Amino acid sequence: MAQQLPTPEHPLTPAQTIGPFFGYALPHPAGGDIAPVGHPDAVTVHGTVLDGAGQPVPDAVVETWQAAPDGSLDGAPGSLPRNGVDGGPRPRNGVDFTGFGRACTDAAGHWSVRTLPPPADRPYLAVCVFARGLTHHLFTRAYLTDPGPGDLLLDDLDAARRDTLIARRQPDGTHRFDIRLQGEKETVFLDFPEQ
Amino acid sequence: MSTAPPSSPAGVLTQQDIDREIAAARKAYQAEGVPRQHPARDYPPYRSSTLRHPTRALVSLRDPEAAELRGPVFGATDVTDLDADLTRQHHGEPLGERITVTGRVLDRAGRPVAGQLLEIWQANASGRYAHQRDQHRAPLDPNFTGSGRCLTAADGSYSFTTIKPGPYPWRNHDNAWRPAHIHFSLFGTAFTQRLVTQMYFPGDPLFRYDPILQSVTDSAARERLVAAYEHDLSRSEWSLGYRWDIVLDGPAATLTEEEH
Ligand SMILES: [Fe+3]
Repeated sequence: MAQQLPTPEHPLTPAQTIGPFFGYALPHPAGGDIAPVGHPDAVTVHGTVLDGAGQPVPDAVVETWQAAPDGSLDGAPGSLPRNGVDGGPRPRNGVDFTGFGRACTDAAGHWSVRTLPPPADRPYLAVCVFARGLTHHLFTRAYLTDPGPGDLLLDDLDAARRDTLIARRQPDGTHRFDIRLQGEKETVFLDFPEQ
Repeated sequence: MSTAPPSSPAGVLTQQDIDREIAAARKAYQAEGVPRQHPARDYPPYRSSTLRHPTRALVSLRDPEAAELRGPVFGATDVTDLDADLTRQHHGEPLGERITVTGRVLDRAGRPVAGQLLEIWQANASGRYAHQRDQHRAPLDPNFTGSGRCLTAADGSYSFTTIKPGPYPWRNHDNAWRPAHIHFSLFGTAFTQRLVTQMYFPGDPLFRYDPILQSVTDSAARERLVAAYEHDLSRSEWSLGYRWDIVLDGPAATLTEEEH
């Protein structure tokens, strides 16, 4: 039975740029260590955020969210843990798969997360990008495997556009996913209307 | 004898140039007649947006199975008791005007967003960030870092104790100053509800000059970024109180049978 959506009555709070000075508040040294410690199936997903001139974006935040290998979307707490001594960051517990990662780009615009492969029916990381100069965040998806025909999103895109959403397997086994904010090979960015 | 402020060299972008662009963008928005609550990603008066916005339309995805309709969860390990009081993170008291900022986080239907992570960061009372790249010649405060977090309560409420941040200069154009603001980062029950925004203080004379606030071209939407001073939230001989409610956009997680 279709759920009747409640009538939206509360006007939303607009977004604002993350600005240049989030660096002492949002990054977490374990933010991208999504896979449990020593897990044999761990994969590395990484890339560069580029602007319309092809220049790296050194002040971006890339967040990822995904299903667990068993298909669960429940997640778990502890993606950005803090210690109770001085409130500083502490490592993740090394055991729980939280499904969420936060990676800030380095001076070369590069980011990376180490995670577990998402399941075959949702073979992607949901990606949210923030940056200085970006007034409102952007959503995209990094597909770690090409699901072939039948994917609601990819089926509607022409080959070149579709290509921007498929991570490239590197000789070293990592998955490369560059994010182009603008330009010729601009990444496909997503919008999720109320459904 | 006082030293004259440096005059801007020819060819430098002035506040008047930016004012004209802000007015033009607002006029274009009104002429278009299509309500838009969020800022346009292509907003020329904010110069850094020029090469950092997509030029292709967003692809609308209606996928009831999308992972994005669920989102990360946070818990006791992601925050500590001191995180919500930014005035107690060092040995001494920070300089500045002690304030509390309180409000509720709701979804579009008015349902409270409970148990979710809320992060804030801000400049100190002098308008200086504890960040190497902030070279504004205002003092750092050894007793203030300016970063905090909390989990929202069952009714969606949150509360921070901090000091009022100062305005600060930036290099968008000559004589560019940001109005005082606190940066907010919020999670909802779905990844699609993610929000990063800024809270402003009522009556700030810098509002009209600031291309970041003005990037929200809808005036009613822009006003929703400004907190209200609420005297009942002030505490005698201690702090001044502000209220700021936040409404998250985006499809919320579908209610399951167990939830009512
Ligand atoms: Fe700021």
